[in-house]
Amino acid sequence: MAVHGSTVTSLPHTSTPDKLNPTPPPEHRTRSRSDKMNARRARTGWLFIAPFGLVFVAFLLAPLAYALYLSLFTKGLATGTRFSGLENYLHAFSDPQFLKGVWFVVRFSLVLIPVQMAVSLAAALVLDHLTTRLARFSRLMIFLPYAVPAVIGALMWGFLYSPIFGPLQQLFSLFHASAPFLLSQDNVFYGLLNVVTWQWAGYYMIIIYAALQGIDPTLYEAAKIDGASERQVAFRIKIPLVSSALVLILIFALIGTLQFFSEPQILGPVANGSITPDFTPNIYAFNLAFGYAQFNYASAISFSLGIVVFIAVYIFMFATRKKGSNLS
Amino acid sequence: MNKKAIASAVSAAALAATMAGCSGGGDAASAGSNTTNCTNKIVHADAPKVSVWAWYPNMATVVDNFNNSHTDVQVCWTVAGQGGPEYAKFQTAIQAGKGAPDVIMLEADQLTGFELQNALVDLSKYGAGDVKKNFSAGSWKDVSQGDSVYAIPVDGGPMAMIYRKDVLDKYGIKPPTTWAEYETAAQKVKDAGGPAFGDLGSNVPAALTALMAQKGAVPFTYDLADQKNISIHLDSQPAKDVLNYWAGLVKKGLVATQDQFTTDYISGMIGGKYATYISAAWAPGYLTGSGVGKGNEKGTFAAAPLPQWDPSNPVSVNWGGSTFAVTSQAGDQKLAAEVAKGLYADDTSLTDGWKTQTIFPLNQNVLKSEAFTNNAVDFFGGQTANKDIYIPAENAYKGFSYSPFSVYYYAQLQTETVKINAGKVSGDEAATELQGIMVNYAKSQGFTVN
Repeated sequence: MAVHGSTVTSLPHTSTPDKLNPTPPPEHRTRSRSDKMNARRARTGWLFIAPFGLVFVAFLLAPLAYALYLSLFTKGLATGTRFSGLENYLHAFSDPQFLKGVWFVVRFSLVLIPVQMAVSLAAALVLDHLTTRLARFSRLMIFLPYAVPAVIGALMWGFLYSPIFGPLQQLFSLFHASAPFLLSQDNVFYGLLNVVTWQWAGYYMIIIYAALQGIDPTLYEAAKIDGASERQVAFRIKIPLVSSALVLILIFALIGTLQFFSEPQILGPVANGSITPDFTPNIYAFNLAFGYAQFNYASAISFSLGIVVFIAVYIFMFATRKKGSNLS
Repeated sequence: MNKKAIASAVSAAALAATMAGCSGGGDAASAGSNTTNCTNKIVHADAPKVSVWAWYPNMATVVDNFNNSHTDVQVCWTVAGQGGPEYAKFQTAIQAGKGAPDVIMLEADQLTGFELQNALVDLSKYGAGDVKKNFSAGSWKDVSQGDSVYAIPVDGGPMAMIYRKDVLDKYGIKPPTTWAEYETAAQKVKDAGGPAFGDLGSNVPAALTALMAQKGAVPFTYDLADQKNISIHLDSQPAKDVLNYWAGLVKKGLVATQDQFTTDYISGMIGGKYATYISAAWAPGYLTGSGVGKGNEKGTFAAAPLPQWDPSNPVSVNWGGSTFAVTSQAGDQKLAAEVAKGLYADDTSLTDGWKTQTIFPLNQNVLKSEAFTNNAVDFFGGQTANKDIYIPAENAYKGFSYSPFSVYYYAQLQTETVKINAGKVSGDEAATELQGIMVNYAKSQGFTVN
């Protein structure tokens, strides 16, 4: 899953955006002078973002444009390269291997995201309520899996799931039974669900926790005076007030899960073949490009996945729009 | 964003794109000269260097042997992955037009695909014929297309049956010589509560293909001289028979379905979880390296000829085996060809290779040498396995015609094997599906399928 952590820091402020708005600039005596100043400011502004802009163009926009260009051509092993327009895209959306992968990540998101949200929300609410030293320790422990690099985490789970070395096997052998292999064809969905939840729930917990910390405590006092129980405070005040954080998490999780790659790619070699080369759209694109030498079609698959992600996020934003506006 | 800003952003993007374009074209001339990060020590610093990608377990020794004995050229060696990961990097380098090494280790089944992409140099013009006499006609055929030679063979993989003496003795079974006997023996061990008799790992599609070829299947017929035509017969009766046979063993619970070369498989080998291992001559080296056949299990393994379908007409097959090829990106093709011919071709290296059983050498001088023939193999408890099993198997090997899209084919066969192992398809169904998928793929790649 590819979610960028840097955006989170600004989150606690999102509930109180007016504080951040700069005061309107004072009026200037003459029009021409203000124009000049504005122009100079604009130039300075561009200078400031120039380093970022260059990197952004060189490592994001240019590769994207190049991939888009590649995706418009078709190259066969036996034939040369030819311009084929949108043919690759038509092929992609009728390619059973791609559609199978898309269906998997969609199903996976539908189960994973509610589970992840429930776990992280519950943990955040409990930790927000408690102020003991144990709570601070638990917060760190719940967050820790996120600090473990995804690759290492996946490798670790590979060993934990191992039918020979894994603790599951030892546990079951006490009762003379054999443990289920959590990466078998039928179980791999749940095996991966567990790995991803473990990896990300702590991170989402911190986001929600930070949002909870930003709530004005006088609201709680007012609620108590009105006779609200702790449960009512949690469900009627805390959760609605962090709903913008929840929406943010949902979008992160949705984008990350639709682009699912690292965990299945790493667990693939120990999964006895249940993680196929077309397991998720991203793995399929990777294998098309670097295994089968089909860079053009792989680019088309990548853009097709982008289209799917865009549609999914749009549907989601549309669905949550009304609710969000009611709350704020 | 004002207009001027947009304009400057656009021009910056254009500039970046041009810069990317320039570096792509400009560096191509010096491609292949990336010899700064060597895994090995360069002995003669002044000599020109040739970069090599290879993953032989004893490659460090081999490279040192080469560099110590050559003053005119030095090898700069890197491990770019073992098998698949290396091919992926090479494929990327081909697409990029730079980044490939001068000399690359490739398995024989990968050559056709890279030859078709013009990624390999025809070595016949650089004196490949000089070393032809060192190899059998069959192994030379595997690296040639007509008069062109695209690689120098190093090792082969004649297949045999490795088995646990202790397990077979315990259940009073003699090593099976036919596949029918193999199944009977497997049933007997299972009835007596014994371990799995063998294993159908989904991640060794090359081995399964070899077993299909043993029954007479010819999955692909392809000739580089006739680039656009290919024959695909994956649903032929012999192919179906072999897949049905293994699907049957899986269904009856006679063999395991564990992927091979995994930690779980290795530890199963150590614990005697698999009575036999249908594998190639290089397998013991990899097993020993992982700690199999050591300690109190020393000498529990033995080798027997590969079980046959028709004992009156035995067929030998091959799994794996590698070669050194020169890439078209090589800075100095002539020098690179010298390395391809000379690397892992000296007696010291070859002896080190076969003694550790990490390679089964194809060099005739070694195959015919007294030391190799009569070697009492440690892993097999002193059995003279070379003379009794592997050399006859190698001599009887007739060669194989590989497809130009091995990676794709293996991925599809792997997927079908997983389905067989899960009991979701029969051997017949797997063969039919495989045929359909491969024919479609070949057509989409512009081939005419006959």
